[in-house]
Amino acid sequence: MNRVDAAFRRLRREGRKAFMPFIAAGDPNLDVTAAVLRTLQDRGLADLVELGVPFSDPIADGPTIQASYQRALAAGVTPQAVLDTVGRLRAGGLNLPICLMVSYSLVYRPGVPAFVEHAAAVGIDGLIVPDLPVDESGPLAEILSSADMAHILLVAPTTPPGRRKTILSHATGFVYCVSVTGITGERDAFPPGFEEYVRGVKKAAKVPVCVGFGISRPEHVAAVAQLADGAIVGSAISHRIADNAGGAPAKIAREVADLCQELSAPLRS
Amino acid sequence: MATVPDASGRFGPYGGRYVPETLMAALDQLASAYADARDDSDFRDELDYLLRQFAGRPTALYFARRLTDAWGGARVYLKREDLTHTGAHKINNTVGQALLAVRMGKRRLIAETGAGQHGVATASAAALMGLECDIYMGTEDMRRQRLNVFRMRAMGARVVGVSSGQCTLKDAINEAMRDWMATVETTHYCFGTTAGPHPFPTMVRDFQLVIGHEARRQVQEQEGCLPDAVIACVGGGSNAAGIFTAFLQDQAVQLIGVEAAGKGIASGQHAATLSAGKPGVLHGSLSYVLQDEAGQTLPVHSVSAGLDYPGVGPEHSYWKDNGRVRYTSATDTEALEAFCELARTEGIIPALESSHALVEARKVAPTLEKRQVLIVNLSGRGDKDVEEVARLLGDEMRPGGRA
Repeated sequence: MNRVDAAFRRLRREGRKAFMPFIAAGDPNLDVTAAVLRTLQDRGLADLVELGVPFSDPIADGPTIQASYQRALAAGVTPQAVLDTVGRLRAGGLNLPICLMVSYSLVYRPGVPAFVEHAAAVGIDGLIVPDLPVDESGPLAEILSSADMAHILLVAPTTPPGRRKTILSHATGFVYCVSVTGITGERDAFPPGFEEYVRGVKKAAKVPVCVGFGISRPEHVAAVAQLADGAIVGSAISHRIADNAGGAPAKIAREVADLCQELSAPLRS
Repeated sequence: MATVPDASGRFGPYGGRYVPETLMAALDQLASAYADARDDSDFRDELDYLLRQFAGRPTALYFARRLTDAWGGARVYLKREDLTHTGAHKINNTVGQALLAVRMGKRRLIAETGAGQHGVATASAAALMGLECDIYMGTEDMRRQRLNVFRMRAMGARVVGVSSGQCTLKDAINEAMRDWMATVETTHYCFGTTAGPHPFPTMVRDFQLVIGHEARRQVQEQEGCLPDAVIACVGGGSNAAGIFTAFLQDQAVQLIGVEAAGKGIASGQHAATLSAGKPGVLHGSLSYVLQDEAGQTLPVHSVSAGLDYPGVGPEHSYWKDNGRVRYTSATDTEALEAFCELARTEGIIPALESSHALVEARKVAPTLEKRQVLIVNLSGRGDKDVEEVARLLGDEMRPGGRA
């Protein structure tokens, strides 16, 4: 069983909800990313991790994550280097489930089989390809399935019921429930109709449901935990990294871990 | 020849929909609204009326006698899209899409623009139909196409400067897409070219097909035959798709697309996607794209803001692979020379985009016989470019004057 399925099985057994930080890989460099991942594991602060591969044109991302990716690209971070870093961390004992958030542009260019093979070889557990809707994802799904990697699909508030059913029947690992009609970024509150929407997805899904976009405060995490199986936090972490970008890797890792501790507190009480 | 695209928007392997889930329902809605509209004679009549009475169609197919004499070969015709309302072919598409937006009950239009022509055409169509309008434009393009910024604002559009990436067309599309992600339920993204996710490449081509239909009829009336060659510039590829499509079945008609070679393809500073790129995914479709080995979009360069784009429409990729269209390129310097030559020889100031097509026409015309016929799609007028050309060539505006 891959690490994603194992993690959700354990969470269910323990009656807990997942906390899933999103880390933009290579922001501001890959040493920081490595330190962050190790620290999150050592302090037991992440149930799964979503690792964003820097991309030049991320159309689903708001200014915060765009800036993270720009810093990483400016530092010369490539998808290859991100995967190699994960490989080294795995060899050093990192055991966190890691899902890669990666644009289809980056998966397609080296070839879908080659990309997945490399990701599987270094110990990536699943792929989230935010610009590859279910309609176009057949070839990738097949390859992921034979590599025993999760194919994490997204549902959005704009997804009509029939389409949602199709997506949920194809999703493996978990389904990524996008909280808002919009791009990533910290927000004060969930949009009107949020609860009903997430409950609808949860009711129809056979895989765990994790909610992301706009989750940036402990009370958001608490609210999501009432409705779904996990909460994904991205921009708030990127923001914290940006605020400390000049610091040593260990210092940045501590800052990120402290933030994750604060954000995930409602799940541990 | 097989009919493309298929139901999922594929031109052979190219096209498709590579966008966030959030946009999928809107693309389905748009595809179905467009299919309904296309079969609705009321919609077609209204569009036809507006193209005639508002946009100034049909545009002339003008015999360029002095250019023909100067080049010493084929009889050269210019399809005068520069004479349309707002000054470029872009209005053909925006009037169509604005009508569709109204049909779908959407009260706001957003668009990207490079040269500003699509932005101006969108602003105009929005004003015509009483829609709200926001135009995303790279700050570098706002500088070099300043006059168009004023025109958009004069027509009530808000122009949003985009200062990410290279501050040009690609970055403007990113920001427009991000806006659409948040507003998709009430806003129509009036996409300007034959790229992007399905149904845009097909729908924009169809709205631009009026250029080709007119040109085909006009050349038969004026010359009694079909042309031997049709030449158009290609950025995203909408003016080229519009004119080429009407001649696709006529195998004897050579179709030539001209991309921006910038400072030369070897320099790496160009926007010649089909000439130098590889298949990849950008802005919602699979097509040739200028990317690095990993799939990151490469910086591009062209003197022409409208061609300064690292992607191209999927149908052009399809035509490149099946050989129906030959794609070539023209450098900044060549385009500036052609800009000046047309202005001095025929008294017509072409857009820098269209000047790229003229560069190739000048090469092809002398290789044809004097009875043969060549059509250049003069996709837009160059009023918007005079400031930038004066900056590059000096106030005397002579090639070699400064650059």
